[in-house]
Amino acid sequence: MQWETVIGLEIHTQLATQSKIFSGAPTRFGADPNTQACAIDLGLPGVLPVLNGEAVRLAVRFGRAIDAEVAERSVFARKNYFYPDLPKGYQISQYEHPIVGEGQIEILLEDGTLKEIGVTRAHLEEDAGKSLHEDFHGFTGIDLNRAGTPLLEIVSEPDMRSPREAVAYARKVHQLVRWIGISDGNMQEGSFRMDANVSVRPRGQSTFGTRTEIKNINSFRFLERAIQFEVERQIEVLEGGGQVIQETRLYDPDRDETRPMRTKEEANDYRYFPDPDLLPLEIDAAYIAEATADLPELPDSKRERLHAQYGLSEYDADQLTGSRELADYFEAVAEETGEPKLAANWVLGELAAALNRAGIEIAASPIDPPRLAGLIRRIQDGTISGKIAKQVFEALWAGEGDADAIIEAKGLRQITDSGAIEPLIDAIIAANPEQVAQYRAGKDKVFGFFVGQVMKQSQGKANPQQVNALLKAKLKA
Amino acid sequence: MHDRTIAELRKDLDSGAYSSVELTRHFLGRIERLDPGLNCYITVAAEPALAAAQRADRAIADGTAGPLTGIPIAHKDIFCTQGLRTSCGSRMLDTFIAPYDATVVERLAAAGAVMLGKTNMDEFAMGSSNETSFYGPVRNPWNPTRVPGGSSGGSAAAVAARLCVAATGTDTGGSIRQPAALCGITGIKPTYGRCSRWGMIAFASSLDQAGPMARSAADAALLLRAMAGFDPRDSTSVDTPVPDYLAGLDASLSGLRIGLPKEYFGEGLDNDVATSIQEAIREYERLGARVSEINLPNSPLSVPVYYVVAPAECSSNLARFDGVRYGHRCENPKDLDDLYKRSRAEGFGAEVQRRIMIGTYVLSAGYYDAYYLKAQKIRHLIADDFRHAFEQVDVILGPTSPTTAFPIGTKMDDPVAMYLNDIYTIATNLAGLPGMSIPVAPVDGMPVGLQIIGNYFDEGRLLNVAHRLQQTTDWHASPPPGWD
Repeated sequence: MQWETVIGLEIHTQLATQSKIFSGAPTRFGADPNTQACAIDLGLPGVLPVLNGEAVRLAVRFGRAIDAEVAERSVFARKNYFYPDLPKGYQISQYEHPIVGEGQIEILLEDGTLKEIGVTRAHLEEDAGKSLHEDFHGFTGIDLNRAGTPLLEIVSEPDMRSPREAVAYARKVHQLVRWIGISDGNMQEGSFRMDANVSVRPRGQSTFGTRTEIKNINSFRFLERAIQFEVERQIEVLEGGGQVIQETRLYDPDRDETRPMRTKEEANDYRYFPDPDLLPLEIDAAYIAEATADLPELPDSKRERLHAQYGLSEYDADQLTGSRELADYFEAVAEETGEPKLAANWVLGELAAALNRAGIEIAASPIDPPRLAGLIRRIQDGTISGKIAKQVFEALWAGEGDADAIIEAKGLRQITDSGAIEPLIDAIIAANPEQVAQYRAGKDKVFGFFVGQVMKQSQGKANPQQVNALLKAKLKA
Repeated sequence: MHDRTIAELRKDLDSGAYSSVELTRHFLGRIERLDPGLNCYITVAAEPALAAAQRADRAIADGTAGPLTGIPIAHKDIFCTQGLRTSCGSRMLDTFIAPYDATVVERLAAAGAVMLGKTNMDEFAMGSSNETSFYGPVRNPWNPTRVPGGSSGGSAAAVAARLCVAATGTDTGGSIRQPAALCGITGIKPTYGRCSRWGMIAFASSLDQAGPMARSAADAALLLRAMAGFDPRDSTSVDTPVPDYLAGLDASLSGLRIGLPKEYFGEGLDNDVATSIQEAIREYERLGARVSEINLPNSPLSVPVYYVVAPAECSSNLARFDGVRYGHRCENPKDLDDLYKRSRAEGFGAEVQRRIMIGTYVLSAGYYDAYYLKAQKIRHLIADDFRHAFEQVDVILGPTSPTTAFPIGTKMDDPVAMYLNDIYTIATNLAGLPGMSIPVAPVDGMPVGLQIIGNYFDEGRLLNVAHRLQQTTDWHASPPPGWD
């Protein structure tokens, strides 16, 4: 039987606010346990939540960025359940009336085609605290620093058909939330967490199969592997004549498998009802206009523009729009040099590799766009060859000044004076009569040997085009 | 000095007839002597009270005293008080000390009032007789075998027995007005949103409202002026200026349009209570008011609606009392479930548990629409009834409670009979309107309360209407016998 995979994702992204969604406690990561939890976060008697306006503004930006309707009126609701890291016994979330309605996100598939993934909704909610089961013998530790951290839960339609598509979508959401500045997207710190709803069905069947939900995945690699495992597991169950049970599962990266979570939690009836401590949230057009006035050019349109305006390949344009900082960096270099293709090659090649080796983001690059542009200009005007340029790049990276200063100081200027190259060639021809004879007998491959010798003798500084021309002329003679 | 009004005390304190410390000592002495027979106080804060009185005396000497400086008051034990136990009448919070003051507490302290202690109440404000308190029932000063009403029974009895000058209360379905009526004092539940709920332990968040309980409308006006106002810490508090409630107290009632809801004078109302109410209404007619009958057709539904909405909210509000971070925790829990179940079963009394269960039920999947959602719809209809009524009248009068105070122990086994005590008060909470209770002619030596219901933010008019009656009658002025 041919099986089709159906995937929907729920992504919890932490909003980049200074303070919590309903209290003034800071949201900084990594503080000592329970040092960033105030009376409101602790759920003491008599305390009341007050909505953080910045969280609303960030949610509205997301809504507009995915072309979704921002609700004129959204309602906070209580999701009731008991758990020690949930101090009030309920989580304040949005249920029937989320702040962001239906939108869509476009992903680029491996075959180069675009696919639209529906976003069902996105809603504001508070995070719970953390239960620490390992460090306390016979006890569970509770850290409420996270409690009340603002989250935007982004719920997709079941539109993805493979683990790869799910990853492409998740990456796209990750790119977008960082792009528009609503989240730092830091996955190690839990700022971007994914739940995957996975089911399979016989190809051609229109109804969905029974789904399972894999919770709390915090890397794209694990997302792909977790879904892959789960798909295979479900198919095996179904082909063995069994039935998939609707349940919540956890992915264990060490064993590369998913396992059912305690099913008790699933039996919960959350008894949602509107939170009487918070008034309905009303948002008008003027507010939306103000909140989104400084929204940057969005990745899709930037990608299309880089492709069209600079003549870059779709692939390069997509790579360059991986983050807003990268795209801005590229554009700065391209504008300054007038050499977009060269700029793209350097940004995606040498620079990306160096950043990757150093494990830093483009924003922290030791080479700023004007300096990289300075290097490219010298390639462009023939002052240095592409090969020498790599040396100059190393020096730029090491902070040894701008390209011109480095070229000067290291004497890397390309030799374009044929008067300086000719004697070198003559000497090499004289010293290698055997190879000259081979070449003249029609062994073209030997030409490379001569070029190599000249470059070696000139320490790479000889202009390769000139070397080619002069060598051809002299060997013919 | 314990019979004097706040205005009279003000004069005496300012003139140096006695100091706030002396006044405070006087009340602390009365509490020590008389409260064992009444059980009004859960916690008496003698030392902090005397310290506050000393500060008040300095302010008086400096000439910086305000109208409430040095006046001894009490807070219902539902308001958080920094450093002083806040029990909410429950074993669950028997050891709980809040690290903050409720806004109402903070404002009255800033106005110079001296807090004598925390008053007894029905557990988590759930009750109409003060019998559900973990700290035992409060006795009615007019007859110690009777209940004081609830849930602000301790505050009402303390004010009536002159164990404080005035007190704070909260009212979710009648919890200020009904005990005020049963103890013969003046109490006002303001418009929802008028006083901040910050630091006030929640029972039913969409209904809870703080208000003053005092011996006269003038005293209540002074307290309310200090308590009310917008608070950024409470999203449901309303940003509307607080008028000077004292300025309008003496306004003439000539031409005042009074509505008498037909539904508030029917079956269930004690005949003698009805007679007292009629007598007060005739007094209003003498003062120039015009009386007409009105209809509040959906008001019979208010008790059932309330007993869906309030338990629903309470089931969620009380979930935080789980034995994990503070409050009662059972001994040696086996596991997490055991910790939850036993801590809550031991920490909460029967009535609280009953309401949590009702609330959990009405919010459950499959029942939500039939109960909670339907109740919310009827709540709108009830509010609409009042909206129509206030197109025709300025205030609505009626009984606060269908009977006078009943004997302790007689309704504890019959929750529905107990709930019907609040049949006339609940609708204003559902609509968010202000309501007041003032004493009128007693029946068989027991106080009767007249309820005055006004339009949104019309507290000034309620106080005016109450004050004018108190100028021409002395029903409010007579103390219960035997507490000198």
